[in-house]
Amino acid sequence: MADLTSTFIGIQSPNPFWLASAPPTDKAYNVVRAFEAGWGGVVWKTLGEDGPPLVNVNGPRYGAWHSGDRRLMGFNNIELITDRPLDLNIREITQVKKDWPDRAMIVSLMVPCTEDAWKDVLHKIEDTGADGIELNFGCPHGMSERGMGAAVGQVPEYVEMVTRWCKEYSAMPVIVKLTPNITDIRLSARAACNGGADAVSMINTINSIISVDLDTFSINPSTGGKGTHGGYCGPAVKPIALNMVAEVARDEQTRGLPISGIGGITTWRDAVDFIALGAGNVQVCTAAMTYGFKVIDDMIAGLSDFMDDKGITSIDEIVGKAVGNVTDWQYLDLNTIVKAEIDQDSCIQCGRCHVVCEDTSHQAITQEKDGLRHFEVIDEECVGCNLCVSVCPVENCISLRELSAGETDARTGETVSDQYANWTTHTNNPARTNQ
Amino acid sequence: MSGVQAQAAASAPDIKTARLQTGEYLHNFSEMHPPLGETAVLVEADRCHFCYDAPCTEACPTGIDVAGFIRMIKSGNHYGAARLILQENIIGGSCARVCPTETLCEEACVRNDQDHRPVRIALLQRHAVDVAMSTGKQFFSRKTDTGKRVAIVGAGPASLSCAHGLAREGHRVTIFEAREKSGGLNEYGLAAYKMLDNFASREIDYITAIGGIEFRYGQELGDDFDLTSLQEGYDAVFLGMGLGGVNSLGLPNEAADGVMSAVDYIERLRQCADFAELPVGRQVVVIGGGMTAIDIATQIKLLGADEVTLAYRRGPEAMVASEEEREFTQIKGVKILYNATPVNIHTIDGHIKEVEFECKDKTFTLPADMLFKAIGQTFSAKIDSSIALEKGRIRVDEERKTSVAGVWAGGDCVCEGEDLTVAAAQDGKLAARSINECLLKSSTGD
Ligand SMILES: Cc1cc2nc3c(=O)[nH]c(=O)nc-3n(C[C@H](O)[C@H](O)[C@H](O)COP(=O)(O)OP(=O)(O)OC[C@H]3O[C@@H](n4cnc5c(N)ncnc54)[C@H](O)[C@@H]3O)c2cc1C
Ligand SMILES: Cc1cc2nc3c(=O)[nH]c(=O)nc-3n(C[C@H](O)[C@H](O)[C@H](O)COP(=O)(O)O)c2cc1C
Ligand code: SF4
Repeated sequence: MADLTSTFIGIQSPNPFWLASAPPTDKAYNVVRAFEAGWGGVVWKTLGEDGPPLVNVNGPRYGAWHSGDRRLMGFNNIELITDRPLDLNIREITQVKKDWPDRAMIVSLMVPCTEDAWKDVLHKIEDTGADGIELNFGCPHGMSERGMGAAVGQVPEYVEMVTRWCKEYSAMPVIVKLTPNITDIRLSARAACNGGADAVSMINTINSIISVDLDTFSINPSTGGKGTHGGYCGPAVKPIALNMVAEVARDEQTRGLPISGIGGITTWRDAVDFIALGAGNVQVCTAAMTYGFKVIDDMIAGLSDFMDDKGITSIDEIVGKAVGNVTDWQYLDLNTIVKAEIDQDSCIQCGRCHVVCEDTSHQAITQEKDGLRHFEVIDEECVGCNLCVSVCPVENCISLRELSAGETDARTGETVSDQYANWTTHTNNPARTNQ
Repeated sequence: MSGVQAQAAASAPDIKTARLQTGEYLHNFSEMHPPLGETAVLVEADRCHFCYDAPCTEACPTGIDVAGFIRMIKSGNHYGAARLILQENIIGGSCARVCPTETLCEEACVRNDQDHRPVRIALLQRHAVDVAMSTGKQFFSRKTDTGKRVAIVGAGPASLSCAHGLAREGHRVTIFEAREKSGGLNEYGLAAYKMLDNFASREIDYITAIGGIEFRYGQELGDDFDLTSLQEGYDAVFLGMGLGGVNSLGLPNEAADGVMSAVDYIERLRQCADFAELPVGRQVVVIGGGMTAIDIATQIKLLGADEVTLAYRRGPEAMVASEEEREFTQIKGVKILYNATPVNIHTIDGHIKEVEFECKDKTFTLPADMLFKAIGQTFSAKIDSSIALEKGRIRVDEERKTSVAGVWAGGDCVCEGEDLTVAAAQDGKLAARSINECLLKSSTGD
């Protein structure tokens, strides 16, 4: 068993898997069950200012997008921050942290955008013994209409300002949770960094509408016939989250800023993706809401076995390992040439590669040979786009083969070069740098 | 053979009714392939790869766009799926229940190569058609009446498919059926565990709801009317009489009590009000190697026979019944004997006592209270001698035209194709197309 202990911005936890601020962390009952199940830490469900608690809708809060076999692919919610009194939450946080000192306890916060409101709440949290705070600048529904959540997260100046207040009025580590509902995540991350954040976490949920009820033409989920956009999460959002993590990890202005990775993490593999792209630890919500807390078992065992297998002894060794391999399109090597290859032994003759290449790509796959169904790549036409590989239902049946230097590309008739060459220097580029 | 058994076989035949309790009949004759639930349907539909130029469609005698209808099921469009199925095969509901898909669409499924298990096409087809039928959703309507009249002989699947095709085009169809009910072998012949809940007759109601189709029962071609009268009174004729006779074994004592035709017994079984009424032997021998042999053996076992032996004169590879069907009957408790040729029937007081077999130069006997002949059916209808036959059945061309102008034929009574419900459906469909073309030509004066 590999050593999974994690130290994220100085906060210790037995493993890098935290539950994200959401219903699984809404109260002591859930959090204790999560710790019993083995979760490394929690970000407590977002607290608001003192006063009469918020009210959630009494209609449905969740909507789901399912695959054919009813696996939950995407999940959407219109829940608000906690609807329980502040002092009750504070009492429970204090007690749970006392009972589970080895687990990370982060408190998520969202109060109106005034210095006093933040100052006030920070002191209360400090007394709980929590390990840190997370600023929820992401909630895309309900709270943003009140000038909080995404309404703050979408304006870099506000992000920086509130972060600065938190650093000023509290000694606790500050994680700024970013909203993906922006055009360039780097601007938000830079603002948090400038405000003195110890880390950023991303992503919160994405504005979304699940579907329309085709009988009533209300949207799903609907409350009395009306619906509103909710926050999207779950497996479907993972690629979007990964890109945002990578962008912040490789941005010159935020490089080195710790990141807590969130968005669609369902298995240990997903977690490794995030960590390799720069996350120091990860947070999970939908996977727990879909299967219960027991999913942690696979995450822990899988990560540990993976590390043992690769001879990796600490999570820090994985952090950012793939970041250097993310680059801009213009730097991709144009002299790397690949061709699709179909393994005839594992081909089941479905013909999907043929029809997609024929209809939508480069007419580079045959459909018959000697009067029989037969699918074979025509090297003279193949551009190596990977479409056939992507749609083939049999794993590893179609693969891309990289041509070696000196071989001839049957499509262009040119000899493959061993020199690296990219668009910045390509002769077809009117703006090329080395005329 | 133990002494006790030998004694029992030598004494009076052990044939009884009501060998089982009511609950046992219900259990034994429950559905062979129960329908999939709503979720299972989606999971199964998800397994379809939506192949290009899909091999399953190629393998379906009626050419149903299988991948197409499965995709519609996946997207929640069950009516669309049913329409796609029924437009190629109006008895797609029956076919989903009785087609030997392991030798048709499901054999061609590429999933066999991928994970040794085809997409369960028949169950998906059944689901879509059941949804449409249960809500009475109709997809086709009659065109304006053309005033043309077509006579159809027989009311089996070939005829029903033809009748529906013609009704759609606005022609008026009259079906002459020798029996008192329509459906042909759907009603009288298919195994009871394949066609539950009166499906044959429900399907006919659904098909004939289009209108323009009239039935005349108790009308047998050759006895009650002849072909000439149809040719004179109608604009076209379609013959779909199936196969009326059965092959005989050519053995001594074949007329003994207890020796019977499998098809006749199955007809009784399909029509009885209560399975407990049926006489069932304790020891039963079935001779044959096709679907009928499997069906009678399985059903007599399920009715409570103690020992059922299916004897086939060649090896398993030569058997018409598929491996699936053989396994099915074996699971139900039937013993299959290969390479066993019946050579004699021994009797006692005019009743069968045992059957003598030859197997690789050796002979042996099997005690039998009942013997079922299931070695094939023959074409027996009295048709006009001017209609050319081939291999003992009516000769037809690609459009299902017979040698006589104005007369078409299809289903088991023609020499083309396999003796399957789905093949009959295709014949009827092709004939209707051809008849329609002829009728339109004649009305435009071409
Ligand atoms: C026991 C058994 C089990 C079978 N199981 C299967 C199976 O599981 N799956 C499968 O695909 N196929 C099966 N088949 C084959 C399938 O039933 C036939 O291929 C199909 O029914 C042929 O249809 P048809 O319309 O040609 O004839 P039929 O279904 O035989 O219908 C012919 C109709 O014509 C009527 N008729 C006959 N002579 C006259 C006359 N002179 N005048 C007026 N009417 C007449 C008959 O009463 C009958 O209604 C089975 C066959 C048998 C015998
Ligand atoms: C029902 C629900 C309620 C949520 N409430 C909060 C919240 O109060 N505060 C917060 O910062 N994020 C909230 N989130 C967002 C999650 O913490 C997380 O960022 C997001 O769901 C993406 O992770 P996932 O794909 O693992 O679910 C909520 C998510 C869900 C599904
Ligand atoms: S890689 Fe692209 S171009 Fe080449 S065969 Fe596959 S789909 Fe066609």
